[in-house]
Amino acid sequence: MKSGLSKRLEGLRSIGLGQALSWTLPIWAVLIAFLAGSVIIAGAGANPIQAYVALFRGAVGNGGLVATTLVKSIPLMLAGLSVVLAYRASVFNIGGEGQIYMGALFAVWGGTLLHLPAGVHLPIVLALGMVGGFLWSAIPGYLKAARGFNEVIVTIFMNYIAVAIVSYLVHGPMRESGWNYQSRAVDESARLPIILPGTSLHLGLVVALAAAVLAHILLFHTTLGYRLRMVGFNAEAARYAGVKVTLITVLAMALSGALAGLAGAVEIAGVQFRLLEGFSPGWGFDAIAVALVGQLHPAGVLLAALFFGALRTGANSMQTAVGLPMVVVQVIQGLTVLFMMIGAAVQHYGLWRPARREK
Amino acid sequence: MLETLQQLLWSGDLIYATLRLTTPLLFAALGGLMCERAGVLNIGLEGMMLGGALTAYVVALRMGNPWLGILAALFVGAITGLLFAVVVVTFRANQIVSAVGMNILMLGLTGVALRAAVGLSIGQSPAPTIPIWEIPGLAGLPLIGPVLFAHLPFVYLVFVLAGAMAFIFYRTTWGLAIRAVGENPRAAETVGIDVIRVRYATVVWSGIFAAVGGAILSIGYLNTFQEGLTAGRGFIAFSAIIFGRYTPLGTLLASLLFGFTDALQLRIQAFGVQIPYQFLVVLPYIVTLLALFVAGRSKGPAASGLPYAPGEE
Repeated sequence: MKSGLSKRLEGLRSIGLGQALSWTLPIWAVLIAFLAGSVIIAGAGANPIQAYVALFRGAVGNGGLVATTLVKSIPLMLAGLSVVLAYRASVFNIGGEGQIYMGALFAVWGGTLLHLPAGVHLPIVLALGMVGGFLWSAIPGYLKAARGFNEVIVTIFMNYIAVAIVSYLVHGPMRESGWNYQSRAVDESARLPIILPGTSLHLGLVVALAAAVLAHILLFHTTLGYRLRMVGFNAEAARYAGVKVTLITVLAMALSGALAGLAGAVEIAGVQFRLLEGFSPGWGFDAIAVALVGQLHPAGVLLAALFFGALRTGANSMQTAVGLPMVVVQVIQGLTVLFMMIGAAVQHYGLWRPARREK
Repeated sequence: MLETLQQLLWSGDLIYATLRLTTPLLFAALGGLMCERAGVLNIGLEGMMLGGALTAYVVALRMGNPWLGILAALFVGAITGLLFAVVVVTFRANQIVSAVGMNILMLGLTGVALRAAVGLSIGQSPAPTIPIWEIPGLAGLPLIGPVLFAHLPFVYLVFVLAGAMAFIFYRTTWGLAIRAVGENPRAAETVGIDVIRVRYATVVWSGIFAAVGGAILSIGYLNTFQEGLTAGRGFIAFSAIIFGRYTPLGTLLASLLFGFTDALQLRIQAFGVQIPYQFLVVLPYIVTLLALFVAGRSKGPAASGLPYAPGEE
């Protein structure tokens, strides 16, 4: 037990939670990832410079694209905040994908089954999304805190299960007759209004910004947040100080899930309106890179989400311009995560210090 | 009802499919077990399997020879293992987060490489596959012959390897070194074991094993590759190690259980039982979760997940 805790502590320190990471680290990580990515793009037979130019133009080339980038950043912001909240308590939630599906499912239930006046309906639908994510992630939270499960494994399996549940529902009970495999659309009163006329930019952006502010307050200005970070920093010490570590761990995970659920609900209420199979292109996984590049800080997450939202938007044009598949985005994200981790470790342990100087 | 159940369970086909589906899992799990016992958690098994699966497919397709595909998968597995070792052993980056990054990277990389190698004709380009090898003499036995002795060569190999690994772990100095490094690297170093070298070697081997597991999926059982082909098998393999209590025999049995579950759900689907297929497909994940629940706190090596710097305090 003791070794388990100190182990976890070591894990946290090695991602630099115990100290302030250099703010330039994410920039370096992203730059090196792009550099390494260009080698891979060249290997795939495309011109990396052309590819990146197309990527850039496709992301921010005109006002409409900027709006699209913003729209695509919204679920990434919320899912990124979700990862941060859990990570701060030393729980690595990679179940964002499943929690997004559950949030979307609950939101669609609220948006299609309840019929409420405008102004009331929408907040209820968004809240239901949070409930869906909260409940779904409380399970792995409990399994980790009380039974010592590896949360990475559990959340991954629960992702598959959530996707399967949604797939079943849109193929069967929730399927709108006569249509493809999709649910009915949510009521007009349950939709997020467009905030920039002529574009697809919806009020979800404000929701995400508000969530970031609230997450910041929760983490750094409340007792719960303090306890949460204490558990993340040193669970053993927190326990000695009288913190209910198990409860806090479950709560951190569940709150994290609520944010991911909100991401799903906002996407339903703002963009897609109906539930369908393959509803999320993998935001739950993008969120990991978003959270790490955002230095596990709400403000940083907003910036990182904008960046990765731009990457997703730009990848569309890159696909048509130079024929590279969208998954290039994942290559860059995976590389970014790896270089962030290397950077954090180097900053923590020093470079090449392991060399056997004593011998 | 009872008769259906009997038909469902009491059949050579089910045993045959269990062995077949256990094999790729067990390859990855044995690889993961090796580096786990040396103190390196490898959740990157999934990505490593995926890399092996893609490489084997592309090379088999291009060269027209499945064995060259396997060879190439071994090579790519070793490279991915080596890269992971550089990140977590040399740089001492967090093993879990790095492995997740690695999985994302491999998902993207295999997607890009597939498109580069096969273009848009995915699915229309069947690769040559590894042939079944009937064990002479045994395959002809009534009943058990076709069930146990008419498989891909890898099916026999993996069970031999599981036995070999048990022998290596508990009967050789190499195995002792691996276990010592996983339990107490400091003490291991004091008695002259090169901790870094042991960890590098086991992580590279885990990459090779996982890649073979992936290759079996793409050019053993199928003749193609698709994005995300492994569908979480690497994570199931990782769970098999935990459920198997970090021993080769336990890992073998756990893998058999998960392989059986997969075989069973496929068989139920084929039987046309009125259960939505979505729920059948996730049965292996559910059983894995239940297994972990039953297993409770399965204790790994003491230094598992911890980075190590030689020659320090």
